[in-house]
Amino acid sequence: MDAQAGEIVLLSLRVSGVALFFSSLLGIPAGVLLGLNRFPGKRLAVILIYTGMGFPPVVIGLLVYFLLSQRSPLAGLPFLPDLFTPEAMILAQIILAFPLVAGFTMTAIQAVDPALRLQVMALGATRAQAALSILREARNGVIAAIVAGFGGIISEVGAVMMVGGNIAGRTRVLTTAIVLETRQGNFEAALSLSLILLGMAFVVNALLFILQDRWQND
Amino acid sequence: MDILYRVEGLQQIYQNRTVLDVPELDIYRGEILAVVGPSGAGKSTLLRLLAFLESPARGQILFENYPFTPLTAEMPLSLRRRVTMVFQRPVLLHDSVRANVMYGLRLRGERDHHSRVEQALREVGMDRMAHVRARTLSGGEIQRTALARAIVLQPEVLLLDEPTANLDPYNVRLIEDLIQRLNRQYGMTLVIVTHNVFQARRLAHRTALLLDGKLIEVRDTHTFFESPGDARTRAFIHGEWVC
Ligand SMILES: Nc1ncnc2c1ncn2[C@@H]1O[C@H](COP(=O)(O)OP(=O)(O)OP(=O)(O)O)[C@@H](O)[C@H]1O
Ligand SMILES: [Mg+2]
Repeated sequence: MDAQAGEIVLLSLRVSGVALFFSSLLGIPAGVLLGLNRFPGKRLAVILIYTGMGFPPVVIGLLVYFLLSQRSPLAGLPFLPDLFTPEAMILAQIILAFPLVAGFTMTAIQAVDPALRLQVMALGATRAQAALSILREARNGVIAAIVAGFGGIISEVGAVMMVGGNIAGRTRVLTTAIVLETRQGNFEAALSLSLILLGMAFVVNALLFILQDRWQND
Repeated sequence: MDILYRVEGLQQIYQNRTVLDVPELDIYRGEILAVVGPSGAGKSTLLRLLAFLESPARGQILFENYPFTPLTAEMPLSLRRRVTMVFQRPVLLHDSVRANVMYGLRLRGERDHHSRVEQALREVGMDRMAHVRARTLSGGEIQRTALARAIVLQPEVLLLDEPTANLDPYNVRLIEDLIQRLNRQYGMTLVIVTHNVFQARRLAHRTALLLDGKLIEVRDTHTFFESPGDARTRAFIHGEWVC
């Protein structure tokens, strides 16, 4: 059980960690773009992101399941992972976390004094330098966006269950293991896994908070 | 005299309203030009255009013969960086005073700027507050820090929008002395926007009056104040309501 639990914890961290990395890689620039610019279609993009922020994980799971299934119009594309693999779970979690990271980054960028952009341009910033400076000003909110993205995926069970299948030793993560143990009446095991999950969330969020705090005191 | 800026048929339009209309204006290299006028006259708009921060609706600005027109997407960075502007309501970065002053040098990838930064801080009387976090500063301290982060770049052209609006008399004098020193020692070209006609008189070689977006008169400062050519200028410098 202990070695198994260790495996489960590591897989949870890997799946959600990699998913968080990629959704931040895509979501932060998307949030900056939406926060700084006006362009046709922006309203629609924002509405879609807001909708995505509250999307039920099972629905995303279903969507990714369909996308990766044999009947998918995309079936056979080389870069798509197989169903019931960690990679499929990562893909689902990227889709879940992306709107959270992008949406909260956008509001953080919008909270920066709009006069700042022109003032840094007047000091000789290029457009890219100005965007980076504004992102730096919004750093607290950007970390909050990452925290929200992490919270949204580390605790979800619907999507990973659907596309991962909760296969022991392959795709079983903390949340799906908790569901299984509870169903089988192993409340103690379920409880200890829950405590591990809580502890993990605490540690990760503590690290992000320390980062935020240190930046703030710059 | 050497013409640095040549403004031709310049108009700015916001939401279908023409807020600035300057048929012609030359700005000479090495001069201090004051721009006075009532609130809403278009003074800040003129400065933003001279800083190449927004494109004009009509007309053009020639900067050493390089045109800035409604079609110019962006001025070349090398030209843009020769001009620096300090805004009427400066916004600092959430960082220390010193980091704010270093900001423009960092953008340019310059190292070894320690002595320049310290000097700029001293010139505006902020050297003892270098470590203070910008968000805790008073209005006058913000204004002086904003001036320091501009002068540390040693720009050829410095555009100042109400640079002493929030300052006490001691600091007004400090900043006015600094402006004159920058002009005399480095030949820096300065355009200073001010409500304060006395400040224009003390500092500027030439003074211009903007009224309701229109350039009413621009002359050497002595003539501007002693024998203005336009009745509206006379009225404005005597503190009467003009429109
Ligand atoms: N972004 C904008 N959109 C719409 N109108 C604007 C904008 N910026 C300025 N204006 C208008 O343009 C006019 C000129 O504004 P500007 O800020 O240049 O005046 P100013 O002479 O600097 O005034 P003050 O002395 O009060 O600073 C004003 O009527 C102002 O309301
Ligand atoms: Mg103004």
